[in-house]
Amino acid sequence: MSNKPATLFDKVWDSHVVRKIEDGPDVFFIDRHFIHEVTSPVAFLGMEGRGLKVMFPEKTFATADHNTPTINQHLPVQDPLSANQLKALETNSNKYGISHWGLGNPKNGIVHVVGPENGITLPGMTIVCGDSHTSTHGAFGAIAFGIGTSEVEMVLSSQCIMQPKPKKMRINVTGKLGKGITPKDVTLYIISKLTAAGATGYFVEYAGEVFENMSMEGRMTVCNMSIEMGARGGMIAPDETTFNYIKGREKAPQGAAWDKALAYWKTLKTDEGATFDVEHTYAAADIEPMITYGTNPGMGMGITHHIPSALAGDSKASYEKSLQYMGFHEEDAMLGKKVDYVFIGSCTNGRIEDFRAFASIVKGRKKAEHVTAWIVPGSHIVEQQIKDEGILDILTEAGFQLRQPGCSACLAMNDDKVPAGKYAVSTSNRNFEGRQGPGSRTMLASPLVAAAAAVTGVVTDPRELMA
Amino acid sequence: MAYDKFTILKSSAVPMPIENVDTDQIIPARFLKATERKGFGDNLFRDWRYETDGTPKKDFVLNNPIYSGKILVAGKNFGSGSSREHAAWAIYDYGFRCVVSSFFADIFKNNSLNIGILPVQVSPEFLDKIFTAIEADPKAEIAVDLATQTITIAATGASESFAINGYKKHNMMNGFDDIDYLQAMKEDIKVFTEKSLY
Repeated sequence: MSNKPATLFDKVWDSHVVRKIEDGPDVFFIDRHFIHEVTSPVAFLGMEGRGLKVMFPEKTFATADHNTPTINQHLPVQDPLSANQLKALETNSNKYGISHWGLGNPKNGIVHVVGPENGITLPGMTIVCGDSHTSTHGAFGAIAFGIGTSEVEMVLSSQCIMQPKPKKMRINVTGKLGKGITPKDVTLYIISKLTAAGATGYFVEYAGEVFENMSMEGRMTVCNMSIEMGARGGMIAPDETTFNYIKGREKAPQGAAWDKALAYWKTLKTDEGATFDVEHTYAAADIEPMITYGTNPGMGMGITHHIPSALAGDSKASYEKSLQYMGFHEEDAMLGKKVDYVFIGSCTNGRIEDFRAFASIVKGRKKAEHVTAWIVPGSHIVEQQIKDEGILDILTEAGFQLRQPGCSACLAMNDDKVPAGKYAVSTSNRNFEGRQGPGSRTMLASPLVAAAAAVTGVVTDPRELMA
Repeated sequence: MAYDKFTILKSSAVPMPIENVDTDQIIPARFLKATERKGFGDNLFRDWRYETDGTPKKDFVLNNPIYSGKILVAGKNFGSGSSREHAAWAIYDYGFRCVVSSFFADIFKNNSLNIGILPVQVSPEFLDKIFTAIEADPKAEIAVDLATQTITIAATGASESFAINGYKKHNMMNGFDDIDYLQAMKEDIKVFTEKSLY
């Protein structure tokens, strides 16, 4: 062991390299592997086609989420193709002895919500899943990132993937966030500064006062969106907030194992003097409630601003194509724009804190009549918390209905599709063309902005509705 | 799944000078419901390529018969967004073997290399030269030579070298994949696992 100062990322990465290939990738060991119904069936087929088996079934966890209905989950799934994928996940899991939380299981939910809430996600782990938002788990000081189906097959059959080590970027946000500014605003602000490709090739460490003071739910929101600026993942050094969150969760270590793990976790931070390839620093005081106006997550701005003229770095043609799709124009104000749909949920903002924030605005108000709202918890555990904390009563009183857990309108694989030409304020992670349904127009925002839109029917600064 | 060896590809190319082409455009989520890898090419760029009733959109490049070939040339930050390997499968299944851009998203690049599509990253200036050459002659031949790591515009002779690590290059040229490699080192992996905390 050298005594050279190391970053958190180096410590976790280097301890998982099984072999370094000269002029090639590292053979990288995976501690935890999550699978879902959409990106795993072909991996199992491929593996079986080669006559291989799952090497460590106890290190893989399956949950159904991408392609599940958010109403009537007790009934058979109507879409035969979706039903077939769900069946394949169950069959493959059972065949190899992989833990499977399918539809109807009380632990079912979005993979990046259920992993942490059941204590499967722990500091210092390497975690992958055939889903780019696997970066979420970096909130615990894990190296977590999305992989393709070929790599899912690699993990199933050898518990390793082949990865070149990314470069390192640190993003500091200093100071304190103002009223009505949430973790989602922090990440949309960072992405608007760096652009949708600004962190490609890097792994990010988030540091500074804002992240130190952030809850685990908030840290998950920030790490979740790392991929939206091109980064493979983002991570935050574990601290007391992290340890308190994990302690007592079902699959978290206990007793002597806890003490041993904790001692290790406390070493997981960037050493004084360790260096990054790139470093950015932002001031919390500059961050407003954010909203996106274009068709990639880098096209975001403070909600009180006007849509900027063509972005530096993107060609005018691509920029105009994007605004044309949205039906917006340069110099438009976003405040006051009509909203048809509101979606709160997803692996980005589908945790209890997000529904608390949403409820804080809608309490004592009514849903705008013309708005269709989809309120979708990230898991059954979150759904139960919503009920236990009285949030459901507030929602019902205001004219909202709670749906059942799943990825839902974030990627609109199920029936939760925003119709062509309609405008949605969504707490999810992508505003790509057609992401929420063919022709849908998405504005990404925080749960507070979503709530303000849901009760006023137009894009509204949530601070105006806060006590 | 094995793929064809990649050595030299000489082909005309399909130009798509759009930036930030994300994987939801390459293949929308509603077409990810299959449990087998087949037929994805039919839905490549589905919503840019077809009206909602299935009529081809005349102004989209894949529907323009003057353009064809095994090389797709696209604007910067190609393949951003979702990790769906289905995007690479759709491109392969449609008949492309190489994508040229001035910048690729990470996961898409990995997925492509894993299934036998060569992502060739060129300078923004060279990308413009390719677009100009195709504009002058839609059948302009582009030659991609993996052994020498060069891409050449036949008509003008303009060429540029591109990067790829030696391991992946060897794999692509021989049709090998990572799973073969990992299976061959399973004993090492087992030994490694024994000292793992988790």
